[in-house]
Amino acid sequence: MRENLLHFIPELVLIGTILVLFLAAFLASAQQRLFPQIAFVGLLMMLLANYGSRDLPAIHFFSGMVTYDALGHFFKYIFGLVGLMGIIFSHQSAELEKADLPSYYTLIIALILGMVLLATASNLLMIYLSLEMVSVLSYILTGYLRGVRRSSEAALKYVIYGGVASGMMAYGFSLLYGLTGSMDLTTMAQYLGANPASRSLLYVGVLFSMAGFGYKVAAFPFHMWCPDVYEGAPTPFTAILSVGPKAAGFAVLIRFFLTALTHSSASGDFIDFKDTGWPEMIAILSIATMTLGNLTALVQSNIKRLLAYSSIAHAGYMLMGLAALNNEAVRAVLFYLVVYAVMNLGAFLVVIIISNRLGTEQIEDYKGLGHRGSLGLLLAVAMTIFLFSLTGVPPLAGFIGKFYLFGAVVRAGLYPLAIIGVLNSVISLYYYVRVIKLMFFDQPADASPLSLPVVSHSYVVSGLAILTVYFGLFWNGLAALTERSAKLLF
Amino acid sequence: MATLQSYLMVTAILFGLGLFVVTTRRNAVGVLMGVELILNAASINFVAFAHFRGNDVAGNMFSIFIIVLAAAEAAVALALVISLFRQFGTIDVEEATTLKG
Repeated sequence: MRENLLHFIPELVLIGTILVLFLAAFLASAQQRLFPQIAFVGLLMMLLANYGSRDLPAIHFFSGMVTYDALGHFFKYIFGLVGLMGIIFSHQSAELEKADLPSYYTLIIALILGMVLLATASNLLMIYLSLEMVSVLSYILTGYLRGVRRSSEAALKYVIYGGVASGMMAYGFSLLYGLTGSMDLTTMAQYLGANPASRSLLYVGVLFSMAGFGYKVAAFPFHMWCPDVYEGAPTPFTAILSVGPKAAGFAVLIRFFLTALTHSSASGDFIDFKDTGWPEMIAILSIATMTLGNLTALVQSNIKRLLAYSSIAHAGYMLMGLAALNNEAVRAVLFYLVVYAVMNLGAFLVVIIISNRLGTEQIEDYKGLGHRGSLGLLLAVAMTIFLFSLTGVPPLAGFIGKFYLFGAVVRAGLYPLAIIGVLNSVISLYYYVRVIKLMFFDQPADASPLSLPVVSHSYVVSGLAILTVYFGLFWNGLAALTERSAKLLF
Repeated sequence: MATLQSYLMVTAILFGLGLFVVTTRRNAVGVLMGVELILNAASINFVAFAHFRGNDVAGNMFSIFIIVLAAAEAAVALALVISLFRQFGTIDVEEATTLKG
């Protein structure tokens, strides 16, 4: 199939949006309301363009740098929707009031573009470039609040951890390149399949590469930046950060492991090359990640830090799915990513509304939220739905997501991993329920009813809560979509 | 004539030194210099592998991209160091501790 730019239209729309935002920043920088609108319309057009390209055949293009396939197509939807949510969340945020809004929205769109490229990259060079694009933009957005101590501190910690992780990844890539003589993931797989020697060098290369990927999804031992950055960054951006780059990290992990390091059998399952133990390696990472995330979350007093450790734990659950390394597992991870995006964005939106309204992020201050007028009740009920769903309580979406994940793990025969995963879910119940108990069963220090600064936020919170329940009851549509999307082009 | 092994030796040492600097330095600029060492180790690896594969273009390209990205990252990192210095009056990463837990 001849390559043409038709496959690249969603990315081109994003690039066009960035240029329009640049021009608007020069010509009409006083019109603050204009910028979120341009960014919003740009993302809508990108989603439409992506929908329009759904029937195109899968190809590698730009000399094999970028791939168009069902997996990349699926992730473009996720990133577009996360971007839209991020723009709604940033709207009239108290934190971003004094910030430079034109460049804020430009950077957000560029971040979405970086994530799209990361999810479709099929060459080590492209993976490195797009991962750095996402990272550098994230550093800037984390430190975006001028004159706020914790914002600067978080951004610097992020840069330092990120620099080390991406440096290690580049070193790992150099070893993989030296071993296989190629940077193209498909060619690497052909070489590795034909030459079973020097597995130790392959191990070292993959372990170092995992530093970069693990840092993007916030997996052990590269999770240390996560709580500090989540707390210090402007909350609307934290919401994007907790979902977008994590999803992009999983997209590139799936592509890297399934394309370069395994080969597919006739039944569509992915089989290890001889003498490599990727499932065991990922399983160990996954156990360490979720156990550490859940245990540390138990003692947190700041809601953003709590959600940060919870997001580390969820990275662990999704890695557990990846450890199974079969088609069913990829499907389960994709399903969980969607569900996780919905419930985590919802939880963060509640945090944003509370912090805009009450100026606090302490869990203590959520006391008696359910007794503070109709808005307080709405927020408390929605938060309860999101937190129960994050725990994996039926009949919410998180339960179905975990069900698929554990199913894939059990089918791959990794029983100890599944047991540890279930135990971890039980631990997580404790810290989620603590917040819920505070909201409903404790009396508020100040019982005055809450009022809403931005009306649209309450609709979005309700919408996300309804979606969380909906996917818990009627998951077939989403499951069918993820089944169609779990197809990679090799 | 230097062998591939000797290049790999040098880059392994360079990488180790970079990691050592990153983990022991408390000064933010010092840590960033450690990161540069790690990136240079990767860069030399790429050029060496490319050379011993008959001057493969891909490897040389990658090292050029590493240089460019290292510059971009350093620019952002130094801007953040300045912003940290304005807030805290120090660039010691262990003294700037608003965020804990």
